[in-house]
Formats: sequence, structure tokens, C-alpha cells
Amino acid sequence: MKTLLKNCKVFGKPDADKIYIEDDKFAAPFDEKNADKIIDLKGATVVPGLVDMHCHLREPGGEYKETIATGTASAAKGGYTSICPMPNTNPVADNAAVISGIIKKAKEAGNCRVYPIGAATKGIDGEQISEMGLMKEAGIVAVSDDGHPIKNAGIMRKVMEYSSDFDLPVLNHCEDKSLSEGAMNEGDISTEIGIRGIPTASEDIMISRDIILSEYLDIPVHICHVSTKGGVRMIREAKARGVKVTCETCPHYFTLTDKYCENYDTNFKMHPPLRTEEHRLAIIEGLKDGTIDVIATDNAPHHQDEKDCEFAVALNGILGFETAFALGYTYLVKTGEITLDRLIDLMCYAPSKILSLGRGSLEEGEDADLAAFDLDNEFTFDKESMLSKSRNTPYDGWKLYGETVLTIMGGKTTYEKLQ
Amino acid sequence: MGLKSKDLLGMKQLTAEEIMEILDTAKTMKLVISSGNKKTSHLQGKSVVTLFYENSTRTRLSFELASKYMGSASANITTSGSSVNKGESLLDTARTIDMMGTDIIIMRHSQSGAPHFIAPHLKASVVNAGDGMDEHPTQALLDMLTMYERFDTFEGKNIAICGDIYHSRVVRSNAIGLSKLGAKVSVYGPRTMMPVGIEKMGIRVASSVADCIKDADAVMGLRVQLERQQKSLFPSVAEYAHFYAITPEMLELAKPDAFLMHPGPCNHGVELPTAVYDCDQSVINEQVTNGVAVRMAVLYLLMARRNNL
Repeated sequence: MKTLLKNCKVFGKPDADKIYIEDDKFAAPFDEKNADKIIDLKGATVVPGLVDMHCHLREPGGEYKETIATGTASAAKGGYTSICPMPNTNPVADNAAVISGIIKKAKEAGNCRVYPIGAATKGIDGEQISEMGLMKEAGIVAVSDDGHPIKNAGIMRKVMEYSSDFDLPVLNHCEDKSLSEGAMNEGDISTEIGIRGIPTASEDIMISRDIILSEYLDIPVHICHVSTKGGVRMIREAKARGVKVTCETCPHYFTLTDKYCENYDTNFKMHPPLRTEEHRLAIIEGLKDGTIDVIATDNAPHHQDEKDCEFAVALNGILGFETAFALGYTYLVKTGEITLDRLIDLMCYAPSKILSLGRGSLEEGEDADLAAFDLDNEFTFDKESMLSKSRNTPYDGWKLYGETVLTIMGGKTTYEKLQ
Repeated sequence: MGLKSKDLLGMKQLTAEEIMEILDTAKTMKLVISSGNKKTSHLQGKSVVTLFYENSTRTRLSFELASKYMGSASANITTSGSSVNKGESLLDTARTIDMMGTDIIIMRHSQSGAPHFIAPHLKASVVNAGDGMDEHPTQALLDMLTMYERFDTFEGKNIAICGDIYHSRVVRSNAIGLSKLGAKVSVYGPRTMMPVGIEKMGIRVASSVADCIKDADAVMGLRVQLERQQKSLFPSVAEYAHFYAITPEMLELAKPDAFLMHPGPCNHGVELPTAVYDCDQSVINEQVTNGVAVRMAVLYLLMARRNNL
């Protein structure tokens, strides 16, 4: 089976205007008349398939919000070909059996390469380290207790030490829960609307602890979804000292602030919470100067009933797959903050490298994973067009650039929107 | 005549003119209360439901009497707990009440923003009778009525509020309303009960009780919930009373004709010594009467809008 993509721009290859695929690999150029399938991309830009190192697919246990099949279809629509679901499912993904089940379902769905993240502690309760080695044999690429930060520094140390035996990176959601019983960022907006606040100190304290442990143990640590100026500053300083710390942020932390919570709209409620403009600008600085390694989505589907309620009662999190690239392109590249090269590094090469996934090549002989985006025409994002089972996006009606027109994973079309 | 919006969600949503209209109407309503025949027909043939998810004595009773004095059919629902552990969602409950032909739903809820969440889904007008730590607009209106009866204007008046600022929806509503009419609000309380960024609401954060009260035209004490002690917000009642209470000496720092207010219920001997509660400057009992008058005015003006549409 030979597929030819024509009439495209190719990321990193200014002279190319075609992509050749044979079966599941990128291939050497062949004559157009030998192609079994020809796709005219009408000037869209082809980039390596995106990699999301932080998302939630909800299966097993939360199928009413999202299934592995619908979640991966949603990811493919966003241009992702590789994604890493977090282990806070029900049952928790803290053993090889659950991990194998997730991988099997993902293969059946065939929309994305799914590299699960295993729980760092059993039941993500922060007390006993999980069976990381056996989970690695089953296919995990990292460990994390995402959403349930490991509060005991002694346990965190053991998680870091033990996981290093298996070369499994530790990804930590940094939040000192004793400081964060609120539902949004602590500041003048939370005070004005009477919602309990979560101070930036809650995040910064745990980031500082993890940096100190990483430096002391000389073991890498990856900080999830950084949202604060202080977090960016500490990670920048730690990197300059040679500490093996990496980190990610999410599109909402460089596009939104706590001002959006003013009307109690629960689609702006997530952990960590949206911060102030000062912090949003610091995140952009971190993306520009390389302090922040990765843009992840923290894609978090929730049912309408879990969001259509009182603000403090609503669950945390928003959908991210189907808007991440367009937000990055519109608010970072179009604005001149970073280059497209840097965006692809943040959304593909860097996460692939941190997790040793070996993704991100458009070269002959490599797995044919790619996404094509229309970078020239504005589109209006419509939540009713989403492939997720859920609709909890704050970006409904936003005008963006970078609509996905085609996603191919292993030579197979997983999403296509071509007129 | 009438309010611009279908609902009264907070002082945030009212203009200065609307606030003055409510206060002027309330003055008239007060005449009804003080007359021998407490009966008007403003709400005849209308229905008012109070839906309270939190305990209340004076707010609920004053709304209930206000609606009865004006001739409406009224009913009360008192329930506890959030929508989540109660089984039925808040929206389903509110829609059920709405569909029974209710004209005005008066709701108190422990969650900030709860009335804002249900109001757009309902035909009935929603009156916020206190939502979490957000607002308690009719309390602010009755406080302002009490001031209005003593001031010729709010412009330039100094209002001092002492106590648990963090958890107080009374402070937020008063600060917003008073600022709209040109008064200056100062607050003071233990730092553990002072919310971050409150000065952005146009409030002065004082450095002591004395600093807060000095030259005030009106002084307001706030209830300190004694269970906050368990959450380490203050160490003991004795210490709170020693450092944060409005004592007679403190009250002397206010202007000579200043008066003392408290939204109630009061912890005697904690935020106010009983002698202060009962002193000549205290208008606390009058606030209660004004509570009924202001709620009559609010119901009347909301209904006037409904009748005009």
C-alpha cells in the first residue's frame, strides 16, 4: 500500500512538497502513478505526529466521561499520534493487569499509540511504591500519582530511587494539599467572588522539594503542569545548576487567567488553577527560554453533570487534545513568541525524549506518524465538533489558526478533514 | 420603576440608582410595618418560595414576613447539605420549584455562585439570600437603609467593619454597595481571616481595630464563628476578645454621633462586649426591623419588573 501526500509543506524540509508512505513507514520517493492513494493537502503543513505526555482517558472506570476509543479519536483529531494516559482510573493503573488492559483496548481502537503511565504508589495513596518493574514489562513509560501529589518526602525519595532502577521517569503533580483546599487561584478575583483560593505557594513548595530531592539524589524528576512564576524561576535556576529536572505546562496556562472564573464558569476550573496575568507571562517566558520543556494537554474529560453545578463542587479539569496545537500556534507562534520549530519541540520531540519513546521523525524507514495543520486560515473552534464524549472546554467559539486536516499513525489515517 | 435584572444576585449587579430606589421604597415599607394593619396587596396572587440550604433565623423569617405582609402565597423549604450528597441536583430542585408557578425564589446556599448558576435556567426571579462567601445583598441593603436613615448622603462617609473578613459575604456586599454610593470602607481582623487582595475591591485594610474605627461614621462588628478556632484561625475566644473586640474605648475613637451595627447573631463577649451591644449608639435591633422593610422593597421592585414585562 503506497500513499502519497502532495501539495504540502513539510516541517524541517523547506524544499519538499510531498510525503511518501509505504505501509506503515515513511518511504523513498515513488512515482505518483504507482500510488494506491493520493491525498491533496492543499498547502497544509506536515509535522511529525504530536506526543502528549500527560492526559486522562478515564477508562477503566470512567467510561461515561470518555473511553480509550473516544479519547484516542479525540487525540487524533488534535494531531496526536502518541499519548500517555495518567493512572488515576478506577481501578487505579497500579499493576500490570490494568496496564495490559489499557494497551489492548488502545490497539483495538487503533487511533493512537498509547503509552500508559503507571501509578507511583499503590492505589495512588502515597504510601507504598507500586510494582513499577512489572508494569514496565507490561508497557508503562513513566510513573506518577498525578492528581494525588506524594506528600511524604520520604516516600517520594523511595519512588525516585526505585523507579531509577528501571529507568522510569517520575512525573509529579506538585501541590501541597495542606495549603490548597480552595477551588481557584487565591487572589483578588477569588476574594471578590468568595471562592476559597489555592495559593501559588502550594505549587511552589512542592516544586522546590522535588528539585531538592532530585539534586540530592542525582535522579531526574519531571514537574507536571507548571502554572506559577515561582515554579518557572526555581526550575530555571535548578537547570542552570545542572539538576536533572524537566517540566511541562499546558495551553490553558499560557492562554487563560483567573479572571475567566469571575462568572463561576466551571470550564475554567482545573488543578493547578488558572493564575494571574503575571504568572501567565512567566509561563510564556519559560517556554521561550527553554525552561519549560514540554506542552502537555492534561486532557481531562468530565461529564456535563460534573461541570454543570456549583463552582466549588464541580470537578477539576478541561479537555485539551483538540485545541492544544491550535492554541500553541495561535498564541505562541503567530504572536512571534516562539518559532514553529520550538513548538514542535515542545509538543513532540521533547516529550518523546523525556520518556524515551523514539517518536518524531519524518525520515524514510521510520514509522509514518504525522499530522497536517492548516496554518493559513482562521477557524472557529466549535465544541459540538469534538470527538471526545465530553464537552468541558473553555475554548468554544474561539477563533484560532492551525486546524488539523489530517493525522496518520503508522501509515493509517486516524483523522481527516479535507474538503 | 422596578429593577433592571430579573434576579437580585448581588450588589455587584445593582447600579447606584437601583440601590437608592430600593432604599427609598424600603422607607415607605417601614411605614407599613409600623402601622397597625400590616397588610398590602403588592404581591396578591403571587407566590414566593424560600429555599434555604443553610441555617437562618432572621433572614428567612424576615423574607417570609415580608412576603406575607404583602399578601403573597409563600412556602419554605429548608434543607441541608450540598446538592451532591442530597441526591437531587440543585438545578433539578430549583426547576421543580420554578415549574410550580413560583414567581420569586429566595435562596441561601453554602456555595458561592449557586444562585448565579440556577438563575438563567429559571422563569422565576432569584433573590440571593447569601451564597457561600460571595454576597448577601439584602443584608447590605438593610445595613445601608439603617445608615441612610441617619446620613443625608453616603458620599465621603467612613464605614468601619471589624471581624472575620475572609468568610464574610456581608462584608463583600456592603463594600460593593457602599463604594457605589461613595462611602469609604475600612476593614480589620486577624490576618488569618483577611482575604488576599481585598484592597482591590476599593477597601482600606486597617492596621488595628483602633485604626479601623478612628473617625468612622458607622462601625460594624461581624460574627466570629467559634468553630473557626479548630481550624487555627484564632487561638482562643479569650485572645480574640482581648485583641479584636470592639470595646467601649475603641468605639470612642469613632465620630461622636457614630453608631454601631452587627448583622447578628452576635457572640456576646467575643466580638462585642454585651455593654457595647446594648449601648446608646447601638442600632442592632433597628437593623432587624429594617431587614423586613428592605426585603419588602426588593420583592416589590422585582415583582414590579415582572408585571411590567
